[in-house]
Amino acid sequence: MIPKFRIAALALLLGATPAMAQDKILNVSYDIARELFEALNPEFQTYWKDKTGRDVTIDQSHGGSSKQARAILEGLPADVVTFNQETDVDVLAKNGLVEENWREALPNAASPYYSLPAFLVRKGNPKGIKDWSDLARDDVKAVFPNPKTSGNGRYTYLAAFAYGLANNGNDVEKAKEFVGKIFANVPVFDTGGRAATQTFAERNIGDVLITFEAETKGIAKQYADQGFEAVTPATSLFAAFPVAVVTENAKKDGALEVSTEYLKWLYTPEAQETLAENHYRVTDKDVAAKHATEFPEVKLLTVDEVFGGWGKVQSEHLAEGGILDQVFVNQ
Amino acid sequence: MSLAAPQARAGAHAPGQSRAMPRLLIGLAVVLTAIIVVVPLVFIFWRAFAQGWASYLGNITDAQTLHAIWLTALVAVIVVPVNIAFGIAAAWAITRFRFPGRKLLVTLIEIPFSISPIIAGICYLLLYGRQGLWGPWLAAHDLKIMFALPGIVLVTMFVTAPFVARELLPLMQAQGSEQEEAAVTLGARGWQVFSRVTLPNIRWALLYGAVLCTARAVGEFGGVSVVSGSIRGQTNTLPLQIELMFNDLNTTGAFAAASTLTVIALIVLIIKAALESRR
Repeated sequence: MIPKFRIAALALLLGATPAMAQDKILNVSYDIARELFEALNPEFQTYWKDKTGRDVTIDQSHGGSSKQARAILEGLPADVVTFNQETDVDVLAKNGLVEENWREALPNAASPYYSLPAFLVRKGNPKGIKDWSDLARDDVKAVFPNPKTSGNGRYTYLAAFAYGLANNGNDVEKAKEFVGKIFANVPVFDTGGRAATQTFAERNIGDVLITFEAETKGIAKQYADQGFEAVTPATSLFAAFPVAVVTENAKKDGALEVSTEYLKWLYTPEAQETLAENHYRVTDKDVAAKHATEFPEVKLLTVDEVFGGWGKVQSEHLAEGGILDQVFVNQ
Repeated sequence: MSLAAPQARAGAHAPGQSRAMPRLLIGLAVVLTAIIVVVPLVFIFWRAFAQGWASYLGNITDAQTLHAIWLTALVAVIVVPVNIAFGIAAAWAITRFRFPGRKLLVTLIEIPFSISPIIAGICYLLLYGRQGLWGPWLAAHDLKIMFALPGIVLVTMFVTAPFVARELLPLMQAQGSEQEEAAVTLGARGWQVFSRVTLPNIRWALLYGAVLCTARAVGEFGGVSVVSGSIRGQTNTLPLQIELMFNDLNTTGAFAAASTLTVIALIVLIIKAALESRR
């Protein structure tokens, strides 16, 4: 954290209001992005000062992405959202807070960085877990959060299902059977990603933890003494980290310009470098090339290609009595 | 352990009774207390200091954590006096007067005990939120209730509402109104009766209730989590800050913040114990 930020925080602490008018944005974000934006925001503040000569304060709010979307609907004055679920931005668009065509407003479907469901295995990978098919083996215990309650778990379910479809000639029944086998290998379904991490790392349950690739690296670092190893499967599912300007709020706050620029800036080499250092995959070619060794090659399927979009995922898989429910029951 | 000795002796003196049973029960109680209360408490501090003093201090003096501590204290400072005032008023009305709806009032005061705080949070959101009943009017007048200090204070007030009144009610009921009536016959006015007679009689129960109310106010998580918006350095209270750091894999930071909250709670409990012994 840079000193300027500390002074600003201290000023807030003492209840003082900044004497001069300045740019100010509230970035409402998902729950595990605190350190990421603590690294990014000071860089943008410098960039903005150099570009416009103005100071900008960036306030952060972190929480489960769906809960955050709900709070914005109820009046949390977010100027920009940086989420980990596209559907949560869609909810805002449906209510007129975000432009209908937010995906086209920025490159790469408004996802400046992305990740994918990947594996974290125990030291030396004793079970030799390399790909999704290994998770269906009888001798493997897998840990991931409940897809019913966790966006992270939902991605794992969809990635496994996409793998099942691809390797069974798109036979839905066979894919169901495949995912069912993986589910049967899950000793405990936690409600969220953090709880699943604890189950794996601190309660020592399971042979493999499935979570976002960006997370696996962070967890391996946090529990360095346990020697966990990150494994990226050969195929996985593209997990977007969508960003959007909450136009209605930003207009009201007079922060439309700085909000838009903030999101655009996330695509600059400078920001992409910081994102890559925080284990997210980025689209900038030079930065991606520089970090190529940290991000193994992977064939990424998308929700649109495999499932025909999030709308269909909702109605066919996640809805009450949908395919997810059937897999749960049949395990 | 000091409890164990007299218990065991009592068992020894009772004729025809085995000494094994009381010892077993006491042992069980000690083990359970250790597992449920003592070990987690020690663990909080052990984890907080796991990476040494420097790391601990760094986490505690983090601007965001300091702000969370300050905000949590501010909320308690606003909420507790309001609850004291309303607690006294409610207890006074209920124990000194007979009026229709008196029983209903007693039940109403207890509602926050039986309702989960998250429901309180959601109710306030549905009333004061942008899409809520009064939301459009509030927005039109640029009044911020939700995702700002007023919202956090409102929900905390709801959750802690019963503490003072619940402490005062049984005491004032037992004491009856004779002394106050005597004061009135001797010519005391309303305020004199209250400050000279009622208040001295209830002061320990009042303090005790205020202490419990404080402990609850600083620890409130569920309801506040709904209405706070968790804006760091603005509306993030200490319990929310702990959750955030914990989710963010900053275990030491989470436990450092948790240790602060624990220390506050322990101080409050020590005050409570001291009050109890004077009562």
